[in-house]
Amino acid sequence: MKKLLIGNAAVARGAYEAGVRVACAYPGTPSTEITEEISKYDEIYSEWSPNEKVALEVAIGASIGGARAICCMKHVGVNVAADPLFTFSYTGVNGGLVLVCADDPGMHSSQNEQDSRRYALAAHVPMLEPSDSQEAKDFTRLAFEISENYDTPAMLRLTTRVAHSQSVVELSDPERVELKPYAKDAAKYVMVPANARERHKAVERRMKALAEDCNGLPINRIEYGDRSVGIICSGNVYQYVKEALPQASVLKLGMVHPLPQRLIREFAKNVEQLYIAEELEPVIETQVKAMGISCKGKELFTVQGEYSAGMIRQAITGEAKAALQPVLVPPRPPVLCAGCPHRGVFYVLNKLRLTVSSDIGCYSLGASKPLNAIDAVLCMGASIGMAHGMEKARGREFARKAVAVIGDSTFIHSGITGLIDAVYNKGNLTLIILDNSTTGMTGHQHHPASGFTIKNEPTHLLNLEALCLACGASSVRVVDSYDMEGLENAIKEETGRDGVSVIIARRSCVLLDKGRKNYYTVNAKCTNCKLCLRLGCPAITSGEKASAIDKSLCTACGLCKKVCRFGAVEEAQR
Amino acid sequence: MMQLNVLIAGVGGQGTLLASRVLGRYALAQGSDCKLSEVHGMSQRGGSVVTHVKMGEKVYSPVIEPGGADVLLAFEALEAARYAHYVKKGGMIIVSTQKIMPMSVVTGSAKYPGDILDKLTEMGYNMVKVDAVGTAERAGNIRAANIVMIGCMAKLLKIDYGQMRKAVGESVPQKSLEVNLKAFEEGFNAIKLP
Ligand SMILES: Cc1ncc(C[n+]2csc(CCOP(=O)(O)OP(=O)(O)O)c2C)c(N)n1
Repeated sequence: MKKLLIGNAAVARGAYEAGVRVACAYPGTPSTEITEEISKYDEIYSEWSPNEKVALEVAIGASIGGARAICCMKHVGVNVAADPLFTFSYTGVNGGLVLVCADDPGMHSSQNEQDSRRYALAAHVPMLEPSDSQEAKDFTRLAFEISENYDTPAMLRLTTRVAHSQSVVELSDPERVELKPYAKDAAKYVMVPANARERHKAVERRMKALAEDCNGLPINRIEYGDRSVGIICSGNVYQYVKEALPQASVLKLGMVHPLPQRLIREFAKNVEQLYIAEELEPVIETQVKAMGISCKGKELFTVQGEYSAGMIRQAITGEAKAALQPVLVPPRPPVLCAGCPHRGVFYVLNKLRLTVSSDIGCYSLGASKPLNAIDAVLCMGASIGMAHGMEKARGREFARKAVAVIGDSTFIHSGITGLIDAVYNKGNLTLIILDNSTTGMTGHQHHPASGFTIKNEPTHLLNLEALCLACGASSVRVVDSYDMEGLENAIKEETGRDGVSVIIARRSCVLLDKGRKNYYTVNAKCTNCKLCLRLGCPAITSGEKASAIDKSLCTACGLCKKVCRFGAVEEAQR
Repeated sequence: MMQLNVLIAGVGGQGTLLASRVLGRYALAQGSDCKLSEVHGMSQRGGSVVTHVKMGEKVYSPVIEPGGADVLLAFEALEAARYAHYVKKGGMIIVSTQKIMPMSVVTGSAKYPGDILDKLTEMGYNMVKVDAVGTAERAGNIRAANIVMIGCMAKLLKIDYGQMRKAVGESVPQKSLEVNLKAFEEGFNAIKLP
């Protein structure tokens, strides 16, 4: 049967067809849908883990236990999971293990555009890179075979354009894969120095074998055409090359680590001018040049953002299509939704003019105008450490005008250790946990403090208040996120107090709350002072004489009524 | 075989994704190759979003190049202007006349160009304006404006009514099937061909 699938759903299908038993992930665009799709298969145990490191460790346990296991994350997730990855590369697998990582050239939804191919090189693991959904499925299956045949974790690299593009996939039946027997094997799995030294040799042997064998792997293939131009490429860039220069000769790499050196030499010999077209870092180019082969790469192509057929055509042939000038219009960046419980918190923080070290999530949008409330955003969990470090740099008085802000999912991901650090090292810190009871940014995944599993089954609910107290916070209080007065008082009190305080601003994500009976309207008392516009609510628009509220967007959160000094906002029934 | 590139532009939350999936289903039923490039994540929070639909004998890149779209299906006037340069010579912009203010306009740091659609017409673009929201409201749900637009496009491109209707039916959630089929019909009939 043929189906249109996004690359992520195709990876999920590949995992199912490969007989995967265990799937673990922490969400992250553009990888999230893989595990969401996998969770629909009853044959596969799946979970949202609290972070990528734990996810990989659970998958590793499953592999050692004899099952095929898959673990999925976005590119920066690999930073978090790197520690287990680098040593699991030494132990190798029992059941096959595939780590899927989704890079985001162009940063559609990310804080950097690091290139995870470098991880494959650094950790000495093979990496496959599909160029469409059919390959996403096929390469997932192949990755499990490679993993088991070469006793190694295998990585599958996607980029946003492959992960989130739909193309036609031919579905097949799942393989029957038995659980491998488990036997204690300390020399292989106990990575103390004496054993690890031996395993490091095994790593070297297997990578040499792979480097030889990948020359004959059908997913690395030469397509000869006009031999005056030869292009080495992989992933979605292959598609751009085929569209831009259908006549050119192409070496398409399905495996991007290790590289098939014999095939590359053969191709280089048979084409007049060799080009390497690769998004992000010159990973292939550096290796090809180190082989003593001359080629053109980053002198023509940028390390920034996404490529396209047009830019490849221009770079190689020099011919540019007549430049089409975009019409200049006001930008439309994303905004906090109407009724978002984060809005009131940032309105208050902006009003109090505090230094805010924030974190990653929907609430990063608190940095945009008009809320303008955020001073720093780095990586998941960093808000707390950064706030602690600012106090250590600038002193106690500075900390009285500063807070750290973090989402509930992000706090569990990697904020808890930061909180422990601040307490342990006698910091003075006010932490605001934005508890909307979901992982909002990535499309509403459950987490340990939402009380449900990936399959929507009720489970143990992590009690954030008790957790913060156990970490040693001297004050923990809960405020309704819509209660701006309560928030303001709490923030003033807690920043004035010595020690580490936690304010949990609690209210579910408005997108999860469907039944909306009321809405707000603007009455004749509006003086057009425009104070309500400072909330940055997409339901409120400014007019010539008065503000107006879009009934279809309003969720009756009531923040505008609270900020209005003239009683010009009133509730109405739908 | 029909070769067609459609760029669907709108504001996060307007249902561009569903519209593209309808076209994908239609393409597959015709035996065409097809690729869709979607947007998930950050920009879905009320930002500008654009989805690419390409169908034909063989599709390589899932992304339409500037100057490469046969049709720009725009769910909002400003978004029509933002992506107009993707339309090829002789291509068409089908635009919902709905206006949604971006935050820069709300806060007063930018102005919404009220005459933007006239400007596009002046620039020589082949424009078809549709009251998609009003039509969807008459069909029973303003959220079906995306399917109204699909109906309009089907009529304008002389696509078989029954086959596109089937693709709509198979793509929308069962509970809103009726409203969406009605929206499709209303959209189709809202266009009068000369
Ligand atoms: C290491 C890492 N993993 C995953 C992500 C993707 N990501 C960004 S924010 C976020 C979670 C946001 O959830 P929460 O903290 O609850 O805030 P909300 O979006 O609900 O406001 C995720 C998964 C990331 N940026 N970095």
